Amino acid sequence: MPHSRNIALTVNGERYEREVEVRLMLADFLRHHLGLTGTHLGCEHGVCGACTILLDGRSARSCLLLAVQCDGHDVMTVEGIAPSADALHPLQEAFRDHHGLQCGFCTPGMLTTLIEFLRENPDPTEEEVRIAISGNLCRCTGYQGIVAAALDAAKRMQAAPA
Amino acid sequence: MKPPPFEYHDPRTEAEVVGLLARLDNAKLLAGGQSLMPMLNMRYVLPDHVIDLNRVEGLSYIREAEGALEIGALTRQRDLEFSDLVRTRCPLMHEAVRQVGHRQTRNRGTIGGSLGHLDPAAELVTVATALDAIVTVAGPTGRREVPFAEFPAGFMMPSIALDEFITAVRIPLWRSDHGFAFVEFARRHGDFAIVSAAAMLEADGSGRPARASVTIGGATIAPQRMRDIEQGLVGQTLSQQLFRDLCESCRALEAIDDIHAPAAYRQHLAVVLSRRALQAAHARLNGTAVLPKRH
Repeated sequence: MPHSRNIALTVNGERYEREVEVRLMLADFLRHHLGLTGTHLGCEHGVCGACTILLDGRSARSCLLLAVQCDGHDVMTVEGIAPSADALHPLQEAFRDHHGLQCGFCTPGMLTTLIEFLRENPDPTEEEVRIAISGNLCRCTGYQGIVAAALDAAKRMQAAPA
Repeated sequence: MKPPPFEYHDPRTEAEVVGLLARLDNAKLLAGGQSLMPMLNMRYVLPDHVIDLNRVEGLSYIREAEGALEIGALTRQRDLEFSDLVRTRCPLMHEAVRQVGHRQTRNRGTIGGSLGHLDPAAELVTVATALDAIVTVAGPTGRREVPFAEFPAGFMMPSIALDEFITAVRIPLWRSDHGFAFVEFARRHGDFAIVSAAAMLEADGSGRPARASVTIGGATIAPQRMRDIEQGLVGQTLSQQLFRDLCESCRALEAIDDIHAPAAYRQHLAVVLSRRALQAAHARLNGTAVLPKRH
């Protein structure tokens, strides 16, 4: 492969080693090379937020990161949020209960963004939640259910810290 | 979308970056990637080489020294946002950086990248203009410093040679009791400003401004200091009428006319926003208003 490199990184706690083209985006690496299709690609130029992942715990657009840049780093995707295959994270439960999603396309980015936000701000106001998700576009819900879910998730997580 | 093919370099030291820049043709520097990566995805840029600065040691720091803040070029916008030093010593930057993009983009975007990209509507470029920042660039003959007044050579074109790169920026500090405000108008939260205004005031013993800085971002090809407004403020008794009269001069700006807004609209916004920024800076002068909350 021309212009390729070997990389080793951790995704959702699992270590992966792959050879990748240096121009490969992290989002495409996750979806096509690792089969982690939970990360969605909407705009592919950093506007819609659907592809948000956590890089070393910080939210970032995976369409604006090269896979090679993540060599030696830790990535968390939407697949890494639930504690196990048959249990949901309190944030995911709150999304289900408050109709925080309809088509589900924006949901992976909403969840990863809110995981970071609620860690930094465990008792947010509605305005703070709206600002936190201002970089994530949703065309179904009108955001009401998402905001309600985030506020409720904050309460659930404070009641039962992970 | 896929970027065009390129060779990827991830140097570890400033010297290696300088060496690569000297050796390689058609190379692009990658910092936070929040502008370059979309441009690569859409193939607006076709570099043969991408030099990733993210693994270069020692380019990320915020420290106070000799009456200035020294900020490493790779310092993330999010680190500026949460820095107590920035919030207390350079509150204008704190207020502005919270309006830069979104949390996901601020987590990656860097101050050096913002300044080097030199979008005239970028908040940090306007702040650097307002604060007389000094940019440090490294090249084959060593380091040199560029005052921000001389930094823009044209539209989105910094006065940096092809074999140079930004390593740091120095922000001279104002007295701790100065008044400040950064306001902007954008169509959506997190968008680039159509027009922004930064104002700073420092009072003499009688409460009149001994020093003033007024900058309009987004209206012209690079953010512009409004020297006539600044001179009109110094030594005067501040009033709404004075702000109203002085800010009218923004109507004469050589404003950009594009798909987002016609020139006359930008001139109008510049008049309104410069007045609002001065009103807010005045209210904060001498510590009569509280500093922005941490969030």
